[in-house]
Amino acid sequence: MTSNEHTERGRIQVSGFDSEKVRQREPLTGWTEESGTETESRLGRAWKRFKHNRSALIGLFVVGILSLCALFARPVTVVGMTVQPFSLAPYDPTTIMYMTPDSSAGVYDSPTLAHPMGTDGSGRDLFSRILYGGRYSISIGFVVVALTGAFGLVYGAISGYYGGWIDEIMMRIVDTVYAFPALILALIIVAILGGGYWQLVAAFTLPGWVTYARLIRGEVLTVKENEYVMAAKALGARDRSVIFRHIVPNAMPPMIVVATLNIGTVVIGVAALGFLGLGMPPGSAEWGTMLDQTRDTLIQGPEGAIPWWATIFPGGAIFLFVMAMNMIGDGINDAFDAQETGIEQQGGG
Amino acid sequence: MSLRRFILKRLLSIIPILFGVSVITFSLVHLTPGDPIAQMVAMNPNVTAAEEAQLRARYGLDGPIWEQYLTWMGNVLTGDFGEVIGSGRDVSEVVMTRLPETIALGLFGWAFGLVIAIPTGIYAAINKDEFADTASRFLALSGISIPNFWLGLMLILIGALWIGLWPVLPPSRHALYHPEMLWYLVLPGITIGTAAAASIMRVMRTSMAEEMNKEYVTAARAKGLPERTVVLKHVLRNSLISVVTLAATLTASIVAGSVVVEVVFNWPGLGREFITAIDEREINLIMAITLFTGVFIIIANLLADILYAVLDPRIRYD
Repeated sequence: MTSNEHTERGRIQVSGFDSEKVRQREPLTGWTEESGTETESRLGRAWKRFKHNRSALIGLFVVGILSLCALFARPVTVVGMTVQPFSLAPYDPTTIMYMTPDSSAGVYDSPTLAHPMGTDGSGRDLFSRILYGGRYSISIGFVVVALTGAFGLVYGAISGYYGGWIDEIMMRIVDTVYAFPALILALIIVAILGGGYWQLVAAFTLPGWVTYARLIRGEVLTVKENEYVMAAKALGARDRSVIFRHIVPNAMPPMIVVATLNIGTVVIGVAALGFLGLGMPPGSAEWGTMLDQTRDTLIQGPEGAIPWWATIFPGGAIFLFVMAMNMIGDGINDAFDAQETGIEQQGGG
Repeated sequence: MSLRRFILKRLLSIIPILFGVSVITFSLVHLTPGDPIAQMVAMNPNVTAAEEAQLRARYGLDGPIWEQYLTWMGNVLTGDFGEVIGSGRDVSEVVMTRLPETIALGLFGWAFGLVIAIPTGIYAAINKDEFADTASRFLALSGISIPNFWLGLMLILIGALWIGLWPVLPPSRHALYHPEMLWYLVLPGITIGTAAAASIMRVMRTSMAEEMNKEYVTAARAKGLPERTVVLKHVLRNSLISVVTLAATLTASIVAGSVVVEVVFNWPGLGREFITAIDEREINLIMAITLFTGVFIIIANLLADILYAVLDPRIRYD
């Protein structure tokens, strides 16, 4: 046995303590050194369960493929340097096909071998645009969830840990923001800031953190009643370390589930703003903006023919990504065996 | 705490939230660059600075921001939301003519959600882990994941353009209560109700399955009640409580959804009006609709909480 022989731990001086005697005594619980390492990793156990969940793995696969497609669609250059030279998409997403010398493609061409998803209302290759369009939606989804998650985590933890009037005030603010559907606030924020990538991030971050703040606060309230928290306090741990080393890790599983599901909600929200003509500038290859362009033609129909491909493919891409994300979220939920957290509804999903 | 005290306390707690909602509404809208006066002036270069100031004074857009807030709030409390600057119409009149259209849409969506989800949820919970359950879970997941605007476009594509059951847009609009309008309500109603249906289905399935394992179910079966009675009379009642907890969230999502769905179907409701107002920087209209939405959701939350407390006497009010 390799248990430590220290008679002094932390700041507590233990005197008159005979470690030999303690070891020989009948154990009070069934806890042994070996079982201690078994329960060590909650994440490890969850991962084992996740690995056997077929639909979650399919989701992970789809999200991976779509993200890689978006990344490798066109070369990425950062400050003049080409970081990613590959180009999966056959054409540039902004190239108008009939303007190029060697192409016979026109406006709203149905899918052919050269253009597997047809061309859009301005004669651009739809397949290239859809591959490229993932860049906006997917990255905004991840960035927003990272920002809102981090802020909501700190906010909720502080509110729940200190309680009293601090909690009261902080939660009233949360209740106030919560009274608006996130999409409505996002609409107004985009109207203030104008369209664009970081404006969209702001539009979904500012109303989005309240979900996490509420969730973490609730978890903290339950976790903080545990004896080990009292023990940590009794040992003189500072508030900050009690919150972030002892309470928050135990409140993580439901937070991870909600965050995963939330990525899908944000992606739909971004596309919805794009569809309403308020997201990325018109003409950009963002999935929602692409749908906005075809809405009028869908209703009027250019000379009788319905360009169904221009509606089905961009929306299908959003649907596929969000569905896969939700499958992952459900899988994580089952793996942690957390209570049913459900999917956050706000955001127009 | 008695139920009455709980309700009273809950009522009092919404006062600061209402105040907060009005402040957020006002400050967000007043951060927006370019009010309608600025737009008018930009279009008409002959307007002098003095005339511009006069216009601002007329619409209460001069003075420090807190003073504008107090004036606005005072007016709102007496039911005066100002006028739409572009058309000169009264804001509350615009809201009142648009509101029934949105309510009709929302009610249809809710009804669709309940009608689809509750039987499916029951069926899935009884046949847990069988094919029907797996299929309905997959459908529910799709319903949650599908973007509502795309669903609307697809329904137009399939229902209106390919099958031709509906005209793409209602040819001539009758009054809302005209029976023919119910037919035109179907596609937007399904679009807005799908997400609700999917959420209710998931919750119903989980909570039914959970209730089925409880002792009172075993007791009911042991005393020889037919399975039908056990499920429909005992289990269903308890599971519906969890749908009530979902009601407020779903109402909020339907309100948000109506903005997008009304644009897709050109439905003349409050949501489409909101988008127009944002495009035209009609601040009085934006503020009125935003405030209205916030207050509506606060009330929906309040009602859901009270209903929950009434339905489930086991919960502690604290």
